[in-house]
Amino acid sequence: MVYDVTIDGKDYRLELMRTETGWQCQLNGRDMQVDAVLARRDVLSVLIGGRAFEIKREHTATDMHLWVGSVRYLAELRDPRSLRGRKGAGADEKGPKKLLAPMPGKVVRVLIGEQQAVEAGQSVLVVEAMKMQNEIKSPKKGTVQKIVAAEGANVNAGDVLAIVE
Amino acid sequence: MFKKILIANRGEIAVRVIRACRELGITSVAVYSDVDRASLHVRKADEAYHIGSPAAAESYLNFAKILGVAKLSGADAIHPGYGFLSENARFAQACVDERIKFIGPTAASMEMMGSKTRARQEMEKAGVPFVPGTSRGLESPEQAEQVAAKIGYPVMLKAAAGGGGKGMRLVHAPGEVKAALEAAQSEAERAFGDREVYIEKAIINPRHIEMQVLADEHGNTVYLGERECSIQRRHQKVLEESPSPIVDPDMRRRMGEIAVRVAKAASYTNAGTVEFLVDQDKTFYFLEMNTRLQVEHPVTELITGLDLVHLQIRIASGEKLPFGQEDVRIRGHAIECRIYAEDPDNNYFPSPGRITLLLLPSGPGIRRDSGMYEGWTVPIDYDPLLAKLIGYGTDRKQAISRLTRALHEYFVGGIKTNISLFRRILTDSDFQAGKLDTGYLDRLLKTRPPEVRGEDADVAAIAAGIFATLDPASAVASNGNLSANPANIANRETTVPGWKRAARMEGLG
Repeated sequence: MVYDVTIDGKDYRLELMRTETGWQCQLNGRDMQVDAVLARRDVLSVLIGGRAFEIKREHTATDMHLWVGSVRYLAELRDPRSLRGRKGAGADEKGPKKLLAPMPGKVVRVLIGEQQAVEAGQSVLVVEAMKMQNEIKSPKKGTVQKIVAAEGANVNAGDVLAIVE
Repeated sequence: MFKKILIANRGEIAVRVIRACRELGITSVAVYSDVDRASLHVRKADEAYHIGSPAAAESYLNFAKILGVAKLSGADAIHPGYGFLSENARFAQACVDERIKFIGPTAASMEMMGSKTRARQEMEKAGVPFVPGTSRGLESPEQAEQVAAKIGYPVMLKAAAGGGGKGMRLVHAPGEVKAALEAAQSEAERAFGDREVYIEKAIINPRHIEMQVLADEHGNTVYLGERECSIQRRHQKVLEESPSPIVDPDMRRRMGEIAVRVAKAASYTNAGTVEFLVDQDKTFYFLEMNTRLQVEHPVTELITGLDLVHLQIRIASGEKLPFGQEDVRIRGHAIECRIYAEDPDNNYFPSPGRITLLLLPSGPGIRRDSGMYEGWTVPIDYDPLLAKLIGYGTDRKQAISRLTRALHEYFVGGIKTNISLFRRILTDSDFQAGKLDTGYLDRLLKTRPPEVRGEDADVAAIAAGIFATLDPASAVASNGNLSANPANIANRETTVPGWKRAARMEGLG
């Protein structure tokens, strides 16, 4: 298997092959033997060269985190051979991107209207939860195709707020 | 002894009391609101009854509903836990009127301690040292200025009915007195329906040290050592320990004897806590008495070997204290971390949601009092306290190292918690040296957090691929769960700010 992995913004090409004793692994061209046991759902025990790691996987509404010990890493994973291989809600399609609510709350402002241009990282909406305002930013440069959640709407974590094409 | 006790609370403290009931062979009765049907206390109790909608006024604060369940179930006593009705004198009296034993002090003791000015008047009579100032409400700005000039600036204006920082103003100079007094009075009026405000000398960066007392209904009162509670945010305690790093046996005896005098002046019964402010010269002043079991009671239990909830129940059933002051021994050191559903990356705002993964610490010297479990959705309606992790050791150093070790074992996935904050506190050199005051945590949080960017990004990259191969289903399932399980986080616009408000109003701790 081949994956494109991004950990805290750094890109890796990972090739994995099962062997009788574990995994033959090539990370950015570097060969490694890895022993891995899925201890339970979302918990992986990994041995690399005698060093032991416990890795926890956590999904939020928008992100996947991997915790190595007590350190959290933001992880993204793609299968470069598959057009639909991108993991994580909102990233299924190649073109349009969904903006998701990171927590339950209320849309207090829509900053960019439908069919208007948007830069990558520009705020599209503001969601308020527990009196804290969160700006929801566009993941890409493009056009706001649709505002799904209008001003004043109550939203749950993971709800689609807008689509950027 | 009681046959059946109703626990008028929720969360970890309800579970704590249910456990004590089970240990004493007493049937436990839980109550729950709409959003708490799946909560741990309902699962652990022998009996459980629904009492209403999520708003506390409709459920956990509702006298009629709780007393109704007590009668229906045949409970002969009610344990109020902390927060909610625990310091409500009218509720304690309503229990007496219904011939149900309230496990706590009498309504009269609570009323005396509930008004800070009344408590100060009584303490003045009993010869208890309190922070210099007035023990009656201020009549005018001119009077406030006169008193301030006498005791010296800075001074603090405080609401007599106050708590949680409301109706409080720090005043540095005479010119500020009038405006500050008016602001404090109107804030007190809004928050407590009582505009009485008094004045006391402001003690800058004091320590907050409290003394646990226990009194039976036969006139015996003992103290069980102090708790250092100086680590606070927004007037809420975050970490507590016992003994205090600065209290020696002589100071403990002096504070303890004053605390017993306070309790006796209030004809106090059952478990209570006398809070002191301690200045830089280790001079201590009576601050207030908390007329209930405290959140942080486990640290006292670990260093004294006593079970405070067992003792509360035994005292309420009429038993005499089974030991005297000379039998109380302090052994070792205990530290408690309050695990809150809060986001450390977002100014510690509450972070409710579903707990998708829960890995629990254990091993030597570790106690966990918890109200959460994996798969449970933390409701947005109540205080964000999830659990308490308590470390015990032969000495402070060992307690710190055990707790640090346990915090690395603890994992709560799916929601944000303040676990990382405790790793930061426990490794901080000032904390380790015991250099604490109520400004400690704000100062720590202003410094840059230690760089936690790990060296194991490569390991994470490999794990990402192996997870995707071995356990691909949960990647989809977990995401689906968040939106597919809206029952507890649905569109209840009005209850969202309620969480924070509830936490403050309950004045936990």
